[in-house]
Amino acid sequence: MSLFNVFQISGSAISAQGKRLNVVASNLANADSVAGPDGQPYKARQLRFEADYLPGSEVAGVKVNGVTETDAPLRKVHDPSNPLADTEGYVTHSNVSVIDEMVNMISASRSYQNNVEVMNTARTLLGKTLQMGQ
Amino acid sequence: MNPITAQIDRHAQALSLLSERQKVLASNIANADTPGFQARDFDFSQALEQARGNPSSSMSSTIAKPTAPLAHDPGPNTPTVNLMWRTAGQPTPDGNTVDLDRERANFADNSLRYEATLRFINNDVKTILSAITGQ
Repeated sequence: MSLFNVFQISGSAISAQGKRLNVVASNLANADSVAGPDGQPYKARQLRFEADYLPGSEVAGVKVNGVTETDAPLRKVHDPSNPLADTEGYVTHSNVSVIDEMVNMISASRSYQNNVEVMNTARTLLGKTLQMGQ
Repeated sequence: MNPITAQIDRHAQALSLLSERQKVLASNIANADTPGFQARDFDFSQALEQARGNPSSSMSSTIAKPTAPLAHDPGPNTPTVNLMWRTAGQPTPDGNTVDLDRERANFADNSLRYEATLRFINNDVKTILSAITGQ
């Protein structure tokens, strides 16, 4: 019954979109961070999505292939009184673009909702299939 | 093929193809954000004709098989469909060809057809039952 695979496919997509939301949350939380745990400024992270083909099938779920750090230029702010300022008085902030992250968040949340709806439809259809002939 | 259940068999073939299409559309929706993913679909009427053309591959063989196939195994009762690629409506920078609006519309349409087919089967069963009981 192919409808059971819908749970696998949409479930993987929900999980991937959930991870994307996590990364967005991490980026937004660190939008004003000056230094990360390694002393370097925080760099915005992005997930790489990849189609995850079901064995022996041409349909695919989604899997997260890895995390990449964006190479956008770091934001420099002139603040000589800050203890982390360099010799010219500039403090290096993270390269998180708050606008990009908000767009990313909306996109992830819409995709999440879409996949939940797909799963619910499959559940309803399977329920009706179970009642077939009664 | 049993003439009493022939009608139900025909609907069952459509039902199995509809659930297959539901899976393909779910895969398209799931991969709406995957870079480079190519949306897939198949010609339903052609696949149905193909399934009805060789009745040995459909219901009669599934009844003969006692073991249920695993969820990830295509299995004997998965209809063979000729999956094709959708033509992209608008080009995207990441090469993804999923048009989410179109996929959602197709998904809703397919669910409705699935429910309609289920209802046809239920009505056929009721008809046969009323013929059996004779009341």
